[in-house]
Amino acid sequence: MSKLLHRRDVVTELLRERGDTLVIGGLGAPAWDITHAGDHELNFPLWGAMGGAAMIGLGVALAQPKKKVLVLTGDGEMLMGLGALATIAVQRPRNLYIVVLDNERYGETGQQETHTGHGVDLAAMAKAAGFAHALGVRTQAEVSRLKKRIYSGDGALFAQVKVDPERLPLVLPPRDGSYLKNRFRAALLGRNALQQ
Amino acid sequence: MKKNAESAWPDEVHALLKAAGVRQVAIVPDAGHARLIKLCEKDKSMRVVRLTTEEEGVALLAGAWLGGEKGVLLMQSSGVGNCINMLSLPLACQFPLLMLVTMRGDHGEFNPAQIPMGNATQAVLEALGVIVKRADRAEDVPELVSATLRLAFNTYRPVALLIGQRVSGAKDFRKLTESVPK
Ligand SMILES: Cc1ncc(C[n+]2csc(CCOP(=O)(O)OP(=O)(O)O)c2C)c(N)n1
Ligand SMILES: [Mg+2]
Repeated sequence: MSKLLHRRDVVTELLRERGDTLVIGGLGAPAWDITHAGDHELNFPLWGAMGGAAMIGLGVALAQPKKKVLVLTGDGEMLMGLGALATIAVQRPRNLYIVVLDNERYGETGQQETHTGHGVDLAAMAKAAGFAHALGVRTQAEVSRLKKRIYSGDGALFAQVKVDPERLPLVLPPRDGSYLKNRFRAALLGRNALQQ
Repeated sequence: MKKNAESAWPDEVHALLKAAGVRQVAIVPDAGHARLIKLCEKDKSMRVVRLTTEEEGVALLAGAWLGGEKGVLLMQSSGVGNCINMLSLPLACQFPLLMLVTMRGDHGEFNPAQIPMGNATQAVLEALGVIVKRADRAEDVPELVSATLRLAFNTYRPVALLIGQRVSGAKDFRKLTESVPK
């Protein structure tokens, strides 16, 4: 067994040359992780909406077929909205990439165990739902390969990245949802979008 | 099927949604929405997204707005119960959201299982702070859709239009034991 990946290394690596990739961060640690990598106007970190991150990603992906949409979320968050895997697979969004940072814990609420530590294989579920690509990631080399597939390959892609259940200092993004929304829309659509 | 105000509202609603620029149509089917869903499926400018549960639609349409598109969520009143916590997203972030909700457990209901949620739909939405309007006559539906579209997208908030069971009619389960539905 190799050592477990560190979530912030994974996220920093995946976002290093992100360009104009649109990023949704699931509530809790994934939102802190994407902010740790650098707060960005094309980030939409969630403070709630547990179970909704992947679907938000789908809405953006359908509206912006020319842009890449990357959802970074937790295993607990994904487990709450598993039906989204079926909904997304049916829509076949070629620009949507979902990466679950799987620490096999509900980290934010005190490290309680999730289903993924008890045999539930999210990547296999995504595959069975019909995702074009679904993979498990455990090593640095696989992270590099995942990054390549995100930035030079088509989706829909689902990756379950096993990470260390370490507790880390929080890195908070802004928490005014209206600000986050308008910041994202202005950066993506131009300031005139705020007049709509 | 008769072709009067009673059955023409879905056509008018479809035209209103189209004129407003609605592109993503998120659905969990209800019999009362059958015709509107068909019209949206046939419309190349619209993308029908079938959901496994209604709360997916709330999240989807927040994403649509982030990406610069408008959408609408079609469901029956029991589906409102599936959306409650996810509605925190449009409420907290001021996302526009229009929900067209066909009522069950309302006017002449046959199915006891529909009563608790149908009876509570409006109160539950209003307790959250969602704006609720109601249409109980077919001829009022288009005007109320037009008004709620404007409310949702001009003032950036979730709005529900409840379409009463008087409009679409209560399903007569007993009759359906005698013949296959058309
Ligand atoms: C509907 C709902 N239920 C429960 C919670 C409490 N909650 C907040 S974060 C979280 C755990 C998230 O776990 P995961 O997505 O795996 O993220 P991690 O912190 O482990 O990276 C829970 C249960 C919530 N915010 N919303
Ligand atoms: Mg977790």
